[in-house]
Amino acid sequence: MARSGGKQCRRQLLISGVKAGLPIALGYLPLAVSFGVLAAQVPLSVPQSVLMSVIVYAGASQFMAVNMLLLGAAGAEVVLAAFVVNFRHFIMSMSLAGRWSRHPKWVQTLLSLGVTDETFAVASMAERDLTERPHFMAGLMLCAYGAWVSGTAIGGLMSIFVPPELGSRMVIALYAMFIGLLVPSVRRSWALLAVAAAGALLNTLLRPVLGTGWSIIAAACVAALLGISLLDDA
Amino acid sequence: MNLVLMIVGMSVATILPRVAPIYLLDRLPLRKPLRRWLAAIPYAVLGALIVPGVLYVDAQRPAVGLAGAIAAGLLAFRGASMFTVIALSILTTLVVGAWMHPM
Repeated sequence: MARSGGKQCRRQLLISGVKAGLPIALGYLPLAVSFGVLAAQVPLSVPQSVLMSVIVYAGASQFMAVNMLLLGAAGAEVVLAAFVVNFRHFIMSMSLAGRWSRHPKWVQTLLSLGVTDETFAVASMAERDLTERPHFMAGLMLCAYGAWVSGTAIGGLMSIFVPPELGSRMVIALYAMFIGLLVPSVRRSWALLAVAAAGALLNTLLRPVLGTGWSIIAAACVAALLGISLLDDA
Repeated sequence: MNLVLMIVGMSVATILPRVAPIYLLDRLPLRKPLRRWLAAIPYAVLGALIVPGVLYVDAQRPAVGLAGAIAAGLLAFRGASMFTVIALSILTTLVVGAWMHPM
């Protein structure tokens, strides 16, 4: 792809970003719909649950917030829980930030707002050249974000008709995507397989001790240490 | 606490970890070990995101998620497209879920 960055080229980058984001959007839609349905069961109005998807945009934290509100938790507790569960995005942003360092800070900041487990997974397994381009990343992230926000609104509006369990089982789609992203790389490299397996093992061991939020962070940070001795420099 | 205030608080709590590395990273000298560690992060994260979470897709029956994961793994290993991997993995969990009795 040309480095010149003409209008045509930027548009193509945006489109290929949206295409790369489609599997995420397909996975997010049923989840967001079930979030919208579930949120309507607690005293969250439809505009409030949509607002949450727009400005919080963090699936696990949003489901947890609904759960905690149902159990009578205070708002401050919900906020703290959201911070703990989503702190893992720190290491994901950190890992992607190196690819965006050529761009102005405001571009990097906007892109970092779109980091989720899924956009991170797709971006970090995509060609590095592509993910260094803001238009590709914007396409990818807006596709995922659009599905999350619109799914929430759809769920809220049809909350009278749909049982919330329907969408939560579809979470397998996101796991299938993670597996689909990981397998081609670990198939090529024993070192990467070792790193991923260590992450899986450590997370399984640490989860009962640390809880889901900190456990993923600790497992990933420690497992990636293996990379220091096993990986070659790119 | 007002619900809208809570949502705004959650917004700040989830935005900070995403944005902070953009402003912290330039202060960090990127030596070779650190670069390799960062390069390994995506694989470590993916491993941790998949296991053990995939076993809780159906919280009462871990075999349902396991079956979906095995289907996805085999298909991806054979080079199937992402959509095939996702679609057949969903199908596998539906079939296994319907076939197994609850609990």
